[in-house]
Amino acid sequence: MLKKRIIPCLDVRNGQVVKGVQFEGIKEIASPVALGKKYSEEGADELVFYDITASKEDRQIFEDFVKEVAREINIPFCVGGGIKSIEDFSTVLKCGADKVSINSAAVKNPELIKEASEKFGAQCVVLSVDCKKVGESKWEVFVRGGSEGTGLDVLEWIEKGVELGAGEIVVNSIDSDGMKHGYDLELLSAIRSRVSVPIIASGGAGCLEDFYDAAAVSDVDGILAASVFHYGEISIKELKSYLVERGIPMRL
Amino acid sequence: MIGIIDYGVGNIGSLTWALKKQGLSVIVSNDIEVLKQCKGLILPGVGAFRDGIGNIEKYNLKDFIIAFAETGKPIVGICLGMQLLYEIGRENGEYQGIGLLKGSIEKIDGERLPHMGWNELVVKREDPLVAGLKASDHVYYVHSYFALSSGEEVVAYSDYYNQIPGIVRSDNIIGFQFHPEKSGAVGEQLIRNLKEVFQ
Repeated sequence: MLKKRIIPCLDVRNGQVVKGVQFEGIKEIASPVALGKKYSEEGADELVFYDITASKEDRQIFEDFVKEVAREINIPFCVGGGIKSIEDFSTVLKCGADKVSINSAAVKNPELIKEASEKFGAQCVVLSVDCKKVGESKWEVFVRGGSEGTGLDVLEWIEKGVELGAGEIVVNSIDSDGMKHGYDLELLSAIRSRVSVPIIASGGAGCLEDFYDAAAVSDVDGILAASVFHYGEISIKELKSYLVERGIPMRL
Repeated sequence: MIGIIDYGVGNIGSLTWALKKQGLSVIVSNDIEVLKQCKGLILPGVGAFRDGIGNIEKYNLKDFIIAFAETGKPIVGICLGMQLLYEIGRENGEYQGIGLLKGSIEKIDGERLPHMGWNELVVKREDPLVAGLKASDHVYYVHSYFALSSGEEVVAYSDYYNQIPGIVRSDNIIGFQFHPEKSGAVGEQLIRNLKEVFQ
């Protein structure tokens, strides 16, 4: 049976983790590679490295950093942040990333999804969507870190993205992000009923039960979180045993 | 020296590193003269069957791979590389594979594709390739097509709509449908086992 994936997300700026992690007895880990390795050893199923300088200041993702991750970490990882062109895809994949996530650039130029999917395969094209609730069962796609509305309907945009060749969807709920009140289950379930590619829930995790709900209620394939892991509020090991106890298929 | 066949399909950086980490000496090449000298070959690859076999033919590697197999030295296909070792690929059409393994490559009979993520590997028969594996071990898959055959060559499998051959072996012809280089500690164990087979 295919297992649900637990995916820690690491924000990286200039090759450093933006928010380091304080583990018991260990000083803050600033190296995203070391932190990724640590998460991998604790049972993370996949990692996401998000270059936050890339989108804001138009910087290229540091190739060396991605190369180092590929050498040091033996689970799949996705790289995002500032990917704008086929060349960006090519560069990051050549450095060893397994997947590339695109967000604003795909909204601006949807053909990029198609081109990348045809050239590199759907499995490495991840469409990341920032969603904001704008009405009863209605969500709008936002870009630029959630600061700019696009007028696009989330469900329609995701369906289009999958048609164009996106192999996986990351659903970031702007309303839930950082609130620690759980994932937006209504949104996730609505997307689940529309597309059959893997769906990754993002934004809102506060406690163990939130992960359970995303997996059990909305039937997502993967659950992404950042701060609850980074601040040591939830350990991946503890989370996975909890989910297994509640009947969610996990790799232990 | 183990030769990784570079025929322009997919990224092989992670695979190369993973093999080196377990102490294998590898060389990445598409030069038949270089590959001929190797004591074993690895055929990697991601993407579509048609493109894969097209590139094998473009680099004139098909006959070479068949001849290499006849020497008895191991040939290991990974992901698309494993699929290409079979006779026929039915991915958007029908294409002739290399034909070292009997069977065809068919689409997984299910709605949620690709089969992407961690799945339990069930050992079907004992083989040095799966030495040290536990019943609960998982490996990382990314694919939508699988090998349909008599099952004789299947060493280990995973369930996803169909029974998906994960590790196959017919004497010196070996295949992994999943990615050992992305399968964490279990993948490392499998690569160490592979190293023994190459000795």
